[in-house]
Amino acid sequence: MTAPISETKPTVQPATDDIDWSAVLLQVRDTRDNAAFAALFRHFAPRVKAFLMKSGADATLAEECAQDVMATLWHKAHLYDPARASVATWIFTIARNRRIDALRRARRPEPEDLTWGPDHEPDQADILAQRQDSARLGAALTQLPPKQRELIEQAYFGDRTHTEIAAATGLPLGTIKSRIRLALDRLRHELK
Amino acid sequence: MTNMTIQHHLTDDLLMGYAAGTLPEAFSLVVATHLSLCDDCRARSEAYDALGGSLLGALETAELAEDSLQATLRRIAAGPPSERPRKSGALFPAPLQDYVGGDLAAVRWRPVGMGVRQAILRTDRNATARLLYIPAGAAVPDHSHRGRELTLVLQGAFRDEDGRFGPGDIEIADEAVQHTPTAEAGLPCICLAATDAPLRFRSLIPRLAQPFFRI
Repeated sequence: MTAPISETKPTVQPATDDIDWSAVLLQVRDTRDNAAFAALFRHFAPRVKAFLMKSGADATLAEECAQDVMATLWHKAHLYDPARASVATWIFTIARNRRIDALRRARRPEPEDLTWGPDHEPDQADILAQRQDSARLGAALTQLPPKQRELIEQAYFGDRTHTEIAAATGLPLGTIKSRIRLALDRLRHELK
Repeated sequence: MTNMTIQHHLTDDLLMGYAAGTLPEAFSLVVATHLSLCDDCRARSEAYDALGGSLLGALETAELAEDSLQATLRRIAAGPPSERPRKSGALFPAPLQDYVGGDLAAVRWRPVGMGVRQAILRTDRNATARLLYIPAGAAVPDHSHRGRELTLVLQGAFRDEDGRFGPGDIEIADEAVQHTPTAEAGLPCICLAATDAPLRFRSLIPRLAQPFFRI
């Protein structure tokens, strides 16, 4: 992988919400396509960096980690399963693990790898179902009342436990937990 | 390596904390080991990952360094970081093997009295992870907690005031729980446990022993 990104190769640029990022990542996986990687990079790297900064990293560390996360995406593309997770979800898990390593200096225990057998190629119907579920989850999140959404964001991005959120917001722990539960119930309801 | 008879599962707040990456390392180790054995909880856990993915996808973007993409391509050209191959053993799933350095035979047990043995695993200091070996029929001394305790059964079974816990089952105890787990007859009971505060034993002698054994 030494060739520079070719700017002459036409990359499709519709509204980024409509891009099937799974297909783009599979292109990176199958053909090591630089232009496809650049498209993923332009969309996700600024979000990964924002995620790390929200979690308490300064801009320099966040930049470094975001580059690392995107490099990991390239190296581990063969492990991505489009029937199991959206690209955003997969990148989130890589970025989260990088954050634990960089900010908490702890290891991240991961469950045993699932083995699919050598010829596992996910079913198109499963891939489509995953895309639809992800889109509905995204839509349901935007429907949440702002306060519930904020608590969920804090739980994920603030690198804070529920107890720490309680200390920061001045709300009792029981209230935090029940509000988060309420938000999750709403999400589940939306996804039914 | 999944087990269909698991009766006691992870709670939503633990699954969410694991997905968010905010649990102490020792708790994450117990969660990851349970997920390796329990397809139900693994599916729920991946739903919480998906929630993280949706939140990430909706974030306002941060400005990248000017040469960010080129710098990333240089990282890629430098090659992937080396990774140790993971092993799963007859008894210990891969995440636990990563911490023990092998399967059951690799554990360096220390006696803690009455035939009970333990081995502390190295994690960050926010909580303690340890393996427990309880001879069949033996009881773990009566104790309560200042914080939370997760106990995952790997072999054998124990019973306490909350019921029976067999392989793959996880008991989640908080400060309110005062329990006396007793191993069933048959195999010795081997558990992976995490506590975020030292256990408080009720009788005097185990309490005196606590500083020495770190339980």
